[in-house]
Amino acid sequence: MDKDFVLWPEQASTLASRVDNIYLFLVAVSVFFTALIFFLIYLFAVKYRRKSEDDVPKEISGLLQLELVWSIIPLILVLIVFVWGATIYFDSYTPPADAMEIYVVGKQWMWHIQHPTGEREINELHVPTGQAVKLTMTSEDVIHSFYVPAFRTKKDVVPGRYSTMWFKAIKPGEYHLFCAEYCGTKHSEMIGKVVVMTPADYQNWLAGGPASEPMEVTGEKKFQQLACHTCHTDKPNARGPSLVGVFGESVLLKGGRSVIADEDYIRESILNPKAKITAGYQPVMPTFKGQISEVGLLQITAYLKSLAKEGNQ
Amino acid sequence: MSTSVFKPGERQLSDPGSGPTENYLNAGFSAKSWLLTVDHKRIAILYLISLTFFFLIGGLFALLIRLELLTPAGDLMQSETYNKMFTMHGIIMVFFFLIPAVPAVFGNFLIPLMIGAKDLAFPRLNLLSWYLYIGGGLLAILAIAFGGVDTGWTFYTPYSSTYSNSNVILAALGAFIAGFSSILTGLNFIVTIHKMRAPGMTWFRLPLMVWGHYATSIIQILGTPVVAITIVLVALERLFSIGIFNPKLGGDPILFQHLFWFYSHPAVYIMILPSMGVMSEVITCFSRKKIFGYDFIAFSSLAIAVLGFLVWGHHMYTSGQSIYTSMVFSILTFLVAIPSAIKVFNWTATLYKGSVSYSAPMLYAIGFLGLFTIGGLTGVFLATLAVDVHVHDTYFVVAHFHYIMVGGAIMGYMAALHFWWPKMTGRLYPEGWARFSALVIFVGFHLTFFPQFIVGYMGMPRRYHVYPEEFQILNVFSTAGATILGIGYLIPLVYFLWSLKYGPRSSANPWNAKGLEWEQAGSPPETFNFRDTPVVMEGAYEYEPKIWLK
Repeated sequence: MDKDFVLWPEQASTLASRVDNIYLFLVAVSVFFTALIFFLIYLFAVKYRRKSEDDVPKEISGLLQLELVWSIIPLILVLIVFVWGATIYFDSYTPPADAMEIYVVGKQWMWHIQHPTGEREINELHVPTGQAVKLTMTSEDVIHSFYVPAFRTKKDVVPGRYSTMWFKAIKPGEYHLFCAEYCGTKHSEMIGKVVVMTPADYQNWLAGGPASEPMEVTGEKKFQQLACHTCHTDKPNARGPSLVGVFGESVLLKGGRSVIADEDYIRESILNPKAKITAGYQPVMPTFKGQISEVGLLQITAYLKSLAKEGNQ
Repeated sequence: MSTSVFKPGERQLSDPGSGPTENYLNAGFSAKSWLLTVDHKRIAILYLISLTFFFLIGGLFALLIRLELLTPAGDLMQSETYNKMFTMHGIIMVFFFLIPAVPAVFGNFLIPLMIGAKDLAFPRLNLLSWYLYIGGGLLAILAIAFGGVDTGWTFYTPYSSTYSNSNVILAALGAFIAGFSSILTGLNFIVTIHKMRAPGMTWFRLPLMVWGHYATSIIQILGTPVVAITIVLVALERLFSIGIFNPKLGGDPILFQHLFWFYSHPAVYIMILPSMGVMSEVITCFSRKKIFGYDFIAFSSLAIAVLGFLVWGHHMYTSGQSIYTSMVFSILTFLVAIPSAIKVFNWTATLYKGSVSYSAPMLYAIGFLGLFTIGGLTGVFLATLAVDVHVHDTYFVVAHFHYIMVGGAIMGYMAALHFWWPKMTGRLYPEGWARFSALVIFVGFHLTFFPQFIVGYMGMPRRYHVYPEEFQILNVFSTAGATILGIGYLIPLVYFLWSLKYGPRSSANPWNAKGLEWEQAGSPPETFNFRDTPVVMEGAYEYEPKIWLK
């Protein structure tokens, strides 16, 4: 233990100092009110201590003005804190458009990280400074929670859906990665580290790893293997809708509703194809539940995303 | 003692003297006379004994947890064992101690006495409540005997419904059955308070203890059925693979969290509102003064009970629920802080120009104020969205809810136990030891839980069997504090038991307190409480004699 004793973790993300500021404000308010209450109790307890057994103090029933003062002042204070906290929360859970995407799959009891460029990591996440990073996460079994104290952020990783979080690291170093949601026997060993590097070091790290194929390429192979391409083609009268340019766009469904084609929609359409049918098509697609892993789903999604980029060009 | 000074003559319909020769305790000595009793006071004693038993078991688990956390490595027990320890600690303490504690013992004993009734409205139902509680408790003990449960007291799905290999069904069934005890007790209190008040006991003459229990009862009957249904749903998924919560079976794991916290957040108010009632009784008595702002304290209890049902989503800021949903829950949570603040300010103001004595119940009450203030203020940290995202599921939360539940609820329970012990048993406890233990508990408590705020903000997650080295020093403080706290709880156990045989006999009203239970009933009271139905002429807490009224 060579580190100095500290009261909070390192501020390694753009969010950290904002959270610490509101925290310190709350500490100050709390110290003030605690000191006030303690002081008054002490003062009254000493000043008005019972002098004789027959002591009978004068009756005081209450004072409306005082009740209003100690209701309204705390009310104003908490409303300020609400707006302040909600603003930071909104920003902390709304990733910027230029964020770099990384995928996370949690399982009992390890973190599986998949970079779009193909690198895979277990219980380690390498990221560059100064670059917003968006994590798209899911779980293969129970609920986990991705928590990096130095970034002051966490998000539950829930099976059956994607959750996202984002951060922008500002300080190179190695930081704790914890699973914060109790997930069974080795919950406390489902830990790892986030390695924050300067952009130059990060490029070296990317280049230094074993040659890997980008997620979208793996995804395309899976797409062929599972024979998705036999129905989802560009040809007219194909049995399935074309998937070029679909990701991120609005899809008109049978019955007139429409839905944004995001990660959750793709996932649902592969595992439970009859849930949402594209307008003009028949519900003929079989489910692929059990034939594809969570990582495989993410790879196919990455492939569809790459098709969307091509489609937009 | 010049007790007569504080008693207007017309209230002394009967003079209980220094304890009637026949009372509820010596009305029968056989086991049957206890196990089949329908006397609310005897049932309260049955609860007191069984609650103490569960508190000791829950405390033992806590001690083992703290011992394990003395070092960062897992060297005392396996992870699996550790997980069972904190789960059983939580289940026993929450469902079998904290939720029933003050209502089942002191609500049961005192509500009829305080409102001038012979018993609760449904005495047999009251006995059934105790048997349900014991039945639920025995199932929980069985779950431990068969190897324990490892889901955490929160039973989060799909871990509890599919993945855990422990005795989930048995423990959940225990909580399910104990829930009915809670519902029936709440029902009994509500009917009693509505229908059985003595002549002249209007709503705004009720002691605030009764208001606190009324608010609690509303939560018990509205909230508990929801958690009961939720437990049934978990059991259906676990036993028959009916997809409700597990996404692999087509369920929604987050749905469980909504259902669970819809009850379990209000459950915190079940724990704290009765203790708040105790505070109002103790502080007025030992400052010999009318409560400051009676209406505000009474209505803040109801406000807490109602608003408490609308804040469950603050447990789920990081669950992936919509950002806007979280914002609504955040602002409602801030609002529920206000009635608690109003209470603290009013209790403090009650001391102003009072005649304050530092008897043991008052020391516990002041301890409550100190701990609850910190617990409440740190609740504001957790209501704050951005701060909660960082400290959610860390030791900050653990510290916060122990300040509320142990610092608040149990300090209130201890204050009540000391205050009404002479009434319940007819014996006085040794005052010096009682003051000493209050101090030991206060110091031990802070030393145990204050470091956990810091280690939580540093990022140590809760429910961690092994942890990084930099968190060790604060955990050592915590464990040292827990040892002191444990001793602090054992001292009263000894002197209370001692006082049953050797304690001096108490007069009917050893504190010169106001209230029907002190002024019109003996210590201990007789089986039907009052010789004649009391007639109430004044509000609670009229410590200053109103000579001019006559």
